[in-house]
Amino acid sequence: MAASAAAAIGSPLKCGLISSQGFSGSTRSFQWRKNEKRNVRKGCRGVITAKIDLRPPPYSLDALEPHMSRETFEYHWGKHHRAYVDNLNKQIVGTELDTKTLEDIILLTYNKGDLLPPFNNAAQVWNHDFFWESMKPGGGGKPSGELLELINRDFGSFEGFVNEFKAAAATQFGSGWAWLVYKANRLDVGNAVNPRPSDEDKKLVVVKSPNAVNPLVWDYSPLLTIDVWEHAYYLDFQNRRPDYISTFMEKLVSWDAVNFRLEAAKARAAEREEEEERKKTEYEDNQADLDAREMYLESSDADDSEAD
Amino acid sequence: MALRTLVTRKTLRTLPLGFRGLQTFSLPDLPYDYGALEPAISGDIMQIHHQKHHQAYITNYNKALEQLDGAIAKGDASTVVKLQSAIKFNGGGHVNHSIFWKNLAPIREGGGEPPKGSLGWAIDNHFGSIDALIQKMNAEGAALQGSGWVWLGVDKELKRLVVETTANQDPLVTKGPSLVPLLGIDVWEHAYYLQYKNVRPDYLKNIWKVINWKYASEVFEKECP
Repeated sequence: MAASAAAAIGSPLKCGLISSQGFSGSTRSFQWRKNEKRNVRKGCRGVITAKIDLRPPPYSLDALEPHMSRETFEYHWGKHHRAYVDNLNKQIVGTELDTKTLEDIILLTYNKGDLLPPFNNAAQVWNHDFFWESMKPGGGGKPSGELLELINRDFGSFEGFVNEFKAAAATQFGSGWAWLVYKANRLDVGNAVNPRPSDEDKKLVVVKSPNAVNPLVWDYSPLLTIDVWEHAYYLDFQNRRPDYISTFMEKLVSWDAVNFRLEAAKARAAEREEEEERKKTEYEDNQADLDAREMYLESSDADDSEAD
Repeated sequence: MALRTLVTRKTLRTLPLGFRGLQTFSLPDLPYDYGALEPAISGDIMQIHHQKHHQAYITNYNKALEQLDGAIAKGDASTVVKLQSAIKFNGGGHVNHSIFWKNLAPIREGGGEPPKGSLGWAIDNHFGSIDALIQKMNAEGAALQGSGWVWLGVDKELKRLVVETTANQDPLVTKGPSLVPLLGIDVWEHAYYLQYKNVRPDYLKNIWKVINWKYASEVFEKECP
């Protein structure tokens, strides 16, 4: 399905690559792509080329019709997404970014908001991967289980969440994205600035971002996104962005993907908590050692003086 | 004293907005048919761009102005400040598009004809040639990330031409208070997508066939007589 679609677009399929991606929509797993070495692989002749690759959506280009047309995918994935990948590779080849993961490239080139040139391409590659996986044929409907519980807790109701998400998507002026994120423990990440420092931790939050910016740079865990650059909806909806957003929510959202990402986000948060606890214990142990040594030194001085 | 009791603040607030002189805006007509700029810009794009996008900026600008008016009257400083982005987005959108429609002309009405007179001379002097200016503007327009505009402007203090880009609907004046726009090219995707899809450079190449240099010259001669 997607393999032939990719071929139709004219993308040369590289040897030995395909099986790891998984083209069948139902069997593809939604992995949290932490530190994934997606960009190191062997070319046909066994030569390692450190490049970012263009991943196809986990469904064929016409699978989301009539809500998102094949024509849109041909341009959005086949031209826009592809160009971000190609241009990023051109920018990083021969530089120190060449060996890094996509997520690392994004965080490094975000540079606390003073964007370095590869940022736009790197972030847009990631954003579009995430966006295709946020949708599925026969999507929409309501979430269930713990995800729904958290939505009810943090937004009052599912409708409350939908309204907030739609409003964020509709009011992101110019180009950008709207997100549902899991806001977890705030580690001190040197290269990121948190724009909502007053929120409590471990909450679901709706945020929006301009152009290529995504919540990774704020140390959030993204769960869902909608692309509101005009190229995402103009062929199908022209200026009617609100209609596009409604269609996305009602017919396209993959709550499976959101669930999977939530589990990963919670696991990541738990890991960090443990790490922080461990560091704290280590620090306290060190302090205890230092105190013990001080006491020992003081008492040995006293002994010396008495010996005299 | 009697006069003061007659016209209190409360009375002022209940009078219609027009009384306080709040001007609202409406969509200016295009000086040419929607299809008159083909094949450089399609009639479909012109119609949606004018009737939907520009109209929406005007509608939302008027709404924001009304809210601003109310907030000012109440002395609600927080709301006044909060409204500034809506005013910049939508007011900027109205300002920019109003200029844009005048920047374009059908070929049979002089669209694409290079500037003569002082603007032509200033362009040659500053950029080397019209072609060099066009290359520069096209390069900057193509490189602009996201949505925005590429401008040819004149610094009315320094009497010098400039090429600038602005993001979103920021007017040229946000790049310098003495900058006056002569030509603006809309590089939001809505300006070209239906016809040129992702190939913004082709749109930029073709739009020069319908650029109204006459208008640009008039503005230039007014600022640099």
